[in-house]
Amino acid sequence: MLRRLAPPDMQPASFAFNAANAEWAQKEIAKYPPGRQASAVIALLWRGQEQEGWVTHPMIESVAQMLSMPFIRVLEVATFYTMFNLVPVGTYLVQVCTTTPCMLAGSDAVVEACKKHIHPHPHTVSADGKFSWMEVECLGACVNAPMLQIDKDFYEDLDGPITEKLLEDLRAGRAVKPGPQNARHTSEPSGGATTLTDPSLFDGSMIGRQKRGQAAADADRDAPTQKPPGAAS
Amino acid sequence: MGTRKLIIDGKEVEAEETITLLQACEQAGAEIPRFCFHERLSVAGNCRMCLVEWVGAPKPQASCALQVKDIFPNKDGTPAKINTASPYALKAREGVMEFLLINHPLDCPICDQGGECDLQDQAMGYGRAAFHRFNENKRAVEDKYMGPLIKTIMTRCIQCTRCVRFATEVAGVPDLGATGRGEDMEITTYLEKAFASELSGNVVDLCPVGALTSKPYAFNARPWELRKTESIDVMDAQGSNIRVDARGPQVMRVLPRLNETVNEEWISDKARHACDGLVRQRLDRPYVRINGKLKPASWAEAFAAIAAKVRGTTPAKMAAVVGDLAAAEEIKALKDLMTSLGVANLDCRQDGAKIEGGPRQTYLFNTTIAGVEAADAILLVGTNPRWDAPVLNARIRKTWLAGPLKVANIGPAVDLTYPVEQLGTDIAVLAAIANGSHPFAKVLKDAKRPMIILGSGLLTRADGAAALSLAARIAGDSGMIGPAGTAAEGGWNGFNILHTAASRVAALDLGFVPGQGGRDVAGIVDGAQKGEIDFIYLLGADEFDVAHLGRAFVVYQGSHGDAGAHHADVILPGAAYTEKEGTYVNFEGRVQRAERAVFPPGEAKEDWAILRALSDHLGARLPYDDRAQLRAAMVKDVPHFAQIGEVPVHADTSSATWNGIGAQGNLDESLPVTRGIADYYLTNPIARASETMARCSQELVHGATKMAAE
Repeated sequence: MLRRLAPPDMQPASFAFNAANAEWAQKEIAKYPPGRQASAVIALLWRGQEQEGWVTHPMIESVAQMLSMPFIRVLEVATFYTMFNLVPVGTYLVQVCTTTPCMLAGSDAVVEACKKHIHPHPHTVSADGKFSWMEVECLGACVNAPMLQIDKDFYEDLDGPITEKLLEDLRAGRAVKPGPQNARHTSEPSGGATTLTDPSLFDGSMIGRQKRGQAAADADRDAPTQKPPGAAS
Repeated sequence: MGTRKLIIDGKEVEAEETITLLQACEQAGAEIPRFCFHERLSVAGNCRMCLVEWVGAPKPQASCALQVKDIFPNKDGTPAKINTASPYALKAREGVMEFLLINHPLDCPICDQGGECDLQDQAMGYGRAAFHRFNENKRAVEDKYMGPLIKTIMTRCIQCTRCVRFATEVAGVPDLGATGRGEDMEITTYLEKAFASELSGNVVDLCPVGALTSKPYAFNARPWELRKTESIDVMDAQGSNIRVDARGPQVMRVLPRLNETVNEEWISDKARHACDGLVRQRLDRPYVRINGKLKPASWAEAFAAIAAKVRGTTPAKMAAVVGDLAAAEEIKALKDLMTSLGVANLDCRQDGAKIEGGPRQTYLFNTTIAGVEAADAILLVGTNPRWDAPVLNARIRKTWLAGPLKVANIGPAVDLTYPVEQLGTDIAVLAAIANGSHPFAKVLKDAKRPMIILGSGLLTRADGAAALSLAARIAGDSGMIGPAGTAAEGGWNGFNILHTAASRVAALDLGFVPGQGGRDVAGIVDGAQKGEIDFIYLLGADEFDVAHLGRAFVVYQGSHGDAGAHHADVILPGAAYTEKEGTYVNFEGRVQRAERAVFPPGEAKEDWAILRALSDHLGARLPYDDRAQLRAAMVKDVPHFAQIGEVPVHADTSSATWNGIGAQGNLDESLPVTRGIADYYLTNPIARASETMARCSQELVHGATKMAAE
């Protein structure tokens, strides 16, 4: 996908870090030796994106000036990393994983749900301004595939209807629970656990047992085999 | 610095540890194809075309990114074996070439790079047999705007990033960059602004494919149609070595020629792109002013008109001024002609620079261009080297990149592409440095090899002579003046005058300055207005106040219908620098020869020949009949004119010479120090006649935005 700055009519007139972020930025810049301030560019853009929701044209120039970098160098960084949003995003940015495991597990239905409930096109804010969605590469939750990320939370074990309900709940302002959206507990097998099911494993009776067992085994090994000489084998 | 033994293609060689394997292979006689590697740029290692086989290594090695010192010997102690042409290496390169060509359009028939394209050549030499295994669509990339000189066809780009590295490292104008990633990576300027460097044209040479081509030259000619002539650039006084490519009677383009000691392999945009001015505004026949109107005339009529006027006046009322582009031959001819007529009102300093002839080292760039690389402190006074000599400025930047270099500037603050301590425009700062009260005086004193560079902004001041003598004092006090020659030769001379006129040093060498009781340019203008001068011979002189020469009879000999020709009474059409065999002396004092690339248009003639013919009519026949005799006469006057291509060493370090520079006097502190050139792109008649230069001036100097149509 071509990554370019959003058209001028979308761009805000200016950018400035708020007081807290500006103070944080100075600390971040101070981490690097003099002349190497440019090393802070990703951190600053990331914090800028957290503040504004996306990386704007004035933000790129402002960060460049803070770090004494040519504008083009910051633009290169902003366009290289797909984690930087170059267009406005909704209140909830829905990032749908479509890499192989998720795709095999049905991420197409999740994408369809996003198309239906948010916007037919990715990177486009929904009519009510609450959502935008995009496809992303593997987010590392393949065991709970398919999944999506909203802001900093993972919503896992999705299918079409669950995704639609999740989005509707968010739109209506109802509370949603991150993590697996079916009955599954974290990344346990979906039908319940198949191993480690013995309750004694969890009642405390096992504590120290292995150690004791090991000591007994050691004692067995170290003990000399005492057999009287000439005894029949 | 150690060396290391390698066996390259079965031949044992000893390679320096600091070079790359690619260079070592070349020294061993192997040919290594490459796109991204360039000797003068940092190593990117991204095109992978230079793959070679290191026997025992698990993968082919990118030779440009592998230094010789990193190549360890085999376990048994025998030198590492490198194969540059083994089936393994060839197959690796074939694979790289196949990938490069997947997305490269089959544009060659309509591509300006065709015939001099690295990709074309290397696809022939290192590509697979002529079939391909990919049927997918090729990548399409939008073309980018990069200014009035660079045309882009970005689908052809192979992303070698040479242009980005040139802009960032050599030009020092980090406008270019690569945005996006992977297949979507694009080379662009920031928001498609023009690439605002005076060296921008060099990216066209660097581009190994047809992605960046010359906009003014687009679709004009094919390289195999062009006649290539080695020449010397006259757009500034650096004497950059150029190659003039002409087809039929017209110069199609100008390219740089390699000369490590002068311009490396760069030239300025003005040198490269002012050539379209060579066919505009040309004077192609003599004119004589009759009843206030210039009328076409024959050579004989023009000469007769001049002779009539000369007969009617006295030598004291005659004057001659040499312009900025004249070659040494015609300066010598004009000097001899005027001297034999008894004329003392001669001058070559159109801008009014307060430099007397005198010993040669008092008006040269003594450090030499290559010598700049040894400097560790530079004081710039009244100069903007980025405009006065862009290629020299790149050399200063190179020095700054390579090591500690402190630069300070007295004059208007400009971005010189390296950090400069701005000392303001107050001439008093120069005085303060001279008497040691300014902190920079200590920097100069403590420096091992300090330099002072004086530009026209200082030399053309009314108090220029006094300022010059102060500068000489600074040079003497801070130990800038040792035995002449570069540091490498065991000496150092840090006193430098940065001329901007290509003819200036030759004219000063030949003594084209006011003779006994003669007038300088200001005196000539003044005299003309008062009626004390009534005959003025302009040899391509357009840069002074030619509009106010009163009722004086003006003869203009030159190539272009510029200011001087408009006010002339007789016009003698001369040859431009590409149309004559001329000798030029650059600001270091290096004598260089330019060859003729094309013939002068119409009835125009070589300038020295015009003067020789005129001398017959004036009854003062010049004693040479051909160029060889004229050059012999020049060498007799000034022996170093025989040392072509060299900087003669001037070993004079006597304090008498240096104390004699300029004149004692008071500084006019109300006058700020200026930076000389007002508009880089329009400094001479050829550049002013050039449409390309006009466009550059509009966009890059005056900041006009690009036209919507472009």
